[in-house]
Amino acid sequence: MILEVKNGYFGYTKDNNLLQDICFTLGEKEIMTVLGQNGIGKTTILKCVTGILKWRQGQTLINGKSMGSSREASKQISIGYVPQAQGLSFPYTVRELVIMGRARHIGLFSVPSGKDKKIADQAIDEVGIRSIRDKLCTQLSGGQLQLVFIARALASEPKVLVLDEPESHLDFRNQFMIINLIMRLVRERGLSCIINTHYPEHALRLSDTTLLLGQNSYLFGRTKEIITEKRVEEYFGIKAKILPVSYKGEEIKAFVVLDNT
Amino acid sequence: MICKQKNLKFVWLAMLLILAGTFFGSLFGGRYFISPGEVGKILIAGLLGGEQDSIAASVVWNLRLPRTLLNALVGAGLAVAGASFQGVFKNPLVSPDVLGVSSGAAFGAAFGILLSGVNQLATVLALVFGILSVFMTYTLSKLRGESSTLSLVLSGMIISAVFSALISLIKYVADPYDKLPAITYWLMGSFANSSYSNLKLVGVPILLGIVVLLLLRWRINILSLGDEEAYSLGVNPVRTRLVIIVMATFITAACVTVTGVIGWVGLVIPHICRMLVGEDHKSLLPAACIVGAIFMIIVDMIARTATAAEIPIGILTALVGAPFFAILFKTSKGAWQ
Repeated sequence: MILEVKNGYFGYTKDNNLLQDICFTLGEKEIMTVLGQNGIGKTTILKCVTGILKWRQGQTLINGKSMGSSREASKQISIGYVPQAQGLSFPYTVRELVIMGRARHIGLFSVPSGKDKKIADQAIDEVGIRSIRDKLCTQLSGGQLQLVFIARALASEPKVLVLDEPESHLDFRNQFMIINLIMRLVRERGLSCIINTHYPEHALRLSDTTLLLGQNSYLFGRTKEIITEKRVEEYFGIKAKILPVSYKGEEIKAFVVLDNT
Repeated sequence: MICKQKNLKFVWLAMLLILAGTFFGSLFGGRYFISPGEVGKILIAGLLGGEQDSIAASVVWNLRLPRTLLNALVGAGLAVAGASFQGVFKNPLVSPDVLGVSSGAAFGAAFGILLSGVNQLATVLALVFGILSVFMTYTLSKLRGESSTLSLVLSGMIISAVFSALISLIKYVADPYDKLPAITYWLMGSFANSSYSNLKLVGVPILLGIVVLLLLRWRINILSLGDEEAYSLGVNPVRTRLVIIVMATFITAACVTVTGVIGWVGLVIPHICRMLVGEDHKSLLPAACIVGAIFMIIVDMIARTATAAEIPIGILTALVGAPFFAILFKTSKGAWQ
């Protein structure tokens, strides 16, 4: 077990908790998905885990050690955060942006060293974007930009990678590419991952565990036990079928939406 | 806009050479022409400590050298402050006086001139009110209970508007034959009062500000991504940003104090530098230093030589800066969002 959240509470307004009593654990080389409707707190959970937001109550434990509620937490444990790909204020080049992933390793009055550049270049190669290394980030497609953000997170040499809807806004070819990349990184780098997603079939395909967020409750457990037709109806108000499709001796789960309830 | 490594080295070399050229050029160019050879002799003789009583030596040592040094310092300071502000406010269209420092300092100077004419009091009041205005802006933005960039910029607009109105009030009550022209002239900006004592007064704050900002230059990249991403990259942006804002404001206040309001430099120079060396603040800030100094030396040379009477430099920087900005606006296309 590498990361654990104990009794996490968070709310944006004083007398209202968006997240209540959140508990989950993430093992080494495990992928966890977070599912739920829009506005239910998926992104908020990720921000609390990474230390961008402070838990109102409760805490995140790394390797059994409390990181307190300090925002400095993310500094020591190396959680790589991949935000939803959005526009940038300045058209930095891909390489410049990836090097910024080294920030926690670079002193306040320093500039990136040769070693920082090397690690950033390795991250660029790892996600396969060497050919666009000197392009401006404002000239990239959505899929390319997502890869750049992943490379930036990798450049910080994280143990845990946290991705906020990495495959949203992408066409299905690029969605598949991102999912494959995440699985490869977990396999090759030994990373653990927490991923927000809107797609139950992606969760079924890549994750070991799932946190299903509802209005006043949530479920956490093995993905196959969490994402069932009954639960989807309960949490999303959607009648759906989960159908097995076999391919190359493997069983892939297809998710078909039938009707709303 | 992306230059290869080799071309970049050439760009840096060219910038430094042009800076050296304009600096030396401004020592012999002017209404009182001194040949380059003679300037060289005067400078060497002066450095060796020899006594010189020629008019030329006096012009070079007592008029042109302090003035050119002040040109370079103010140009570099305003450009670096502008580039830093643009970075931390995540907005390439922000200028160094965004927090109301220019209006505050201008009010202080106008008030000082109203009280006792153009003298040391006006300078001190300019510095005091410049810093006070930023403090007011900061407090006002805090009143909303959040420290977002937007509330800071809006507060800056409010404080600016108040001080602008107060300046108008002072102009309205000022003696129209004596004080009013002095105030108006000061507001348009000028290096005419350059002296070593002025240089000493503002040299330290401007240099200190420039050095701190240059040291923090790579951090500005991280701040320009926004608070959430900064936290996610393991950087606490709040204190660093405050230091950068204070330093950039300090520079701006010091510049306004000795030269009056010189607009456009802090806005336009960083953009020229982005075209030359790219967006990375690691190279952008040093480049802004050099190009800002070059720009100010050249414009001031025009200001003091184009006509028999000196042209206020604020007018020239606006006349040069605004059209240039218009061209940039048209050609840069998608780069700005």
